[in-house]
Amino acid sequence: MTTTAISTLNLGRAGDRGRLERSRTRQNRLIAWALALPALLALIVSYAYPLVWMIRMSFNIGHGDGLYDTTFSLDSYIKPLADPYYWGVIGNTLLLGILSAVLCILVSYPIALFLTKSSSKWKSVLVALAIAPLLTSAVVRTFGWMVILGPQGLVNSTLKNLGIISAPLPLANSFLGVVIGLVEIFMPYAILGMMSGFGRLNPQLEEAASSLGANRASVFLRVTLPLSLPGLLTAFLLVFVLSISTFVTPQLLGGGRVHVMATEIYDQTTGLLNWPFAASLSVILLILFGTVVALYQRLARRLGA
Amino acid sequence: MTQLTPSRRRIDGGAIAFRILVGVLYLFLLAPLLIVVVISFSSNTYLSFPPEGFTWNWYAILPQKTVFVSGLQTSLITASIVTVVVLLVGVPASLAIQRYDFPGRAAISAFFLSPLLVPTIVLALGLVLVLGPLGLMNTYAAIVIGHISITLPYVMRTTMMSLATSDTSSEEAARVLGASGSTVFRHVTFPIILPGVIAGAVMAFVVSFDELVIALFVAQSGKPTLPVQLMNYVATSADAAVASLSVVLIVFSAIIVVVVERLVGLRRALR
Repeated sequence: MTTTAISTLNLGRAGDRGRLERSRTRQNRLIAWALALPALLALIVSYAYPLVWMIRMSFNIGHGDGLYDTTFSLDSYIKPLADPYYWGVIGNTLLLGILSAVLCILVSYPIALFLTKSSSKWKSVLVALAIAPLLTSAVVRTFGWMVILGPQGLVNSTLKNLGIISAPLPLANSFLGVVIGLVEIFMPYAILGMMSGFGRLNPQLEEAASSLGANRASVFLRVTLPLSLPGLLTAFLLVFVLSISTFVTPQLLGGGRVHVMATEIYDQTTGLLNWPFAASLSVILLILFGTVVALYQRLARRLGA
Repeated sequence: MTQLTPSRRRIDGGAIAFRILVGVLYLFLLAPLLIVVVISFSSNTYLSFPPEGFTWNWYAILPQKTVFVSGLQTSLITASIVTVVVLLVGVPASLAIQRYDFPGRAAISAFFLSPLLVPTIVLALGLVLVLGPLGLMNTYAAIVIGHISITLPYVMRTTMMSLATSDTSSEEAARVLGASGSTVFRHVTFPIILPGVIAGAVMAFVVSFDELVIALFVAQSGKPTLPVQLMNYVATSADAAVASLSVVLIVFSAIIVVVVERLVGLRRALR
């Protein structure tokens, strides 16, 4: 943009123009690099280097207690893949991701649809209310779920007082509890994801369908649902990747009974100090995460185009 | 007219059912926050339902909870330093990407935004492996270094957004009139993009203040931040002090939501 101003200035001196432009361009490139360099260095030190070092660490052989042999072996990858316990952990992680994502889009879809179609003056307030929980810490929201689902919590004490159950249901400290918590915690992401994917959803199409005699159910099944499928799919992928890599909720709401990759990485890093093993689990998680994110981005780009 | 009325009534019935469904789902979405508010005023000595009475006690004892006070202090210090650092490196970098054309621009731009595509637990492990041998574990520096990469994308996104939407003609005019590059930035560009920069700074502060996993990995035993203290408290104790603290944090977040919404619109800042 600055070059256009410069070239307007130089119009009168056609001979100098080419040389001036070229030195100007070189100078601009230098300025641009100088402006970007501090951020580049900061990210290399705090982000790129730690990740590369972690990937390198995954090829060492760990002995626990922070001891490891610097070598180049696949030991840390073979171990989890040969042990049924770790297959269980990987299976739990994927199951948690799929269940949370499916349930999350089911409960988020009506809200996203409502917000997309709404023309109420309260719309902006309702949008803010739907995504504001994002800005409260996951610890606080997980704590809220512990209070609701715990043995003495809202659900169990209400059911008990109504005489429906005699012993508390194992809602907290269980896989089910973690799924309920994650569904709620990722709802704002799902709602946001859907709303940005609902671009083709046009109320006029629905009006046209119903004025041509379609009833509510067939308008929904034949018009609304097919048009919102892309948004639903992006939201599904988004919640899936967030669920498989989340740590706080499985750790707190799982009560030590729900073993997923994130809790396993934590235990190996801070408890057992088996760094190569923690690193190989992280690389596996990273590959899983990266594949789904790539899918998500391809899909999002296709929707944007 | 007489024919229209019944069909309209049937449609309204469906619309009302849909609205009730949406209301119930909103209730589910906000349930943990609502319950935390209720329990923070409950006089029950441990976490249980239903509340037997009303009390301000859980708020009154907060200042005596040294773990929370020291955690808050650590979080405020580190989140402030992170915000300043990220603004200092992020705003110039946004300017480079939005206002200059140079080889590798697209790749660098993608690199700057990429930390949000890596699970924080993976990054946290990498940081432990690098900071450990340097003797930097359990220090303010560890938390600040850990939070730079996850906050930078927010600052850059909001700043680049305001750079992209702002009109460049006044910058060009200032240049044509002979102002130097730095003068143009200070007197023309910066005032225009200020709302975006402030929104980015607020987001960076909130993200750093709320971040748990990296802080837990790199500074759990030496400099526990407020989220780390909260998590430890939730895992080990069963009283409502966490609830009252949570309410304080929720009010704090609500104020921030309003600020960000006013500045750039929440949806654009979070995406």
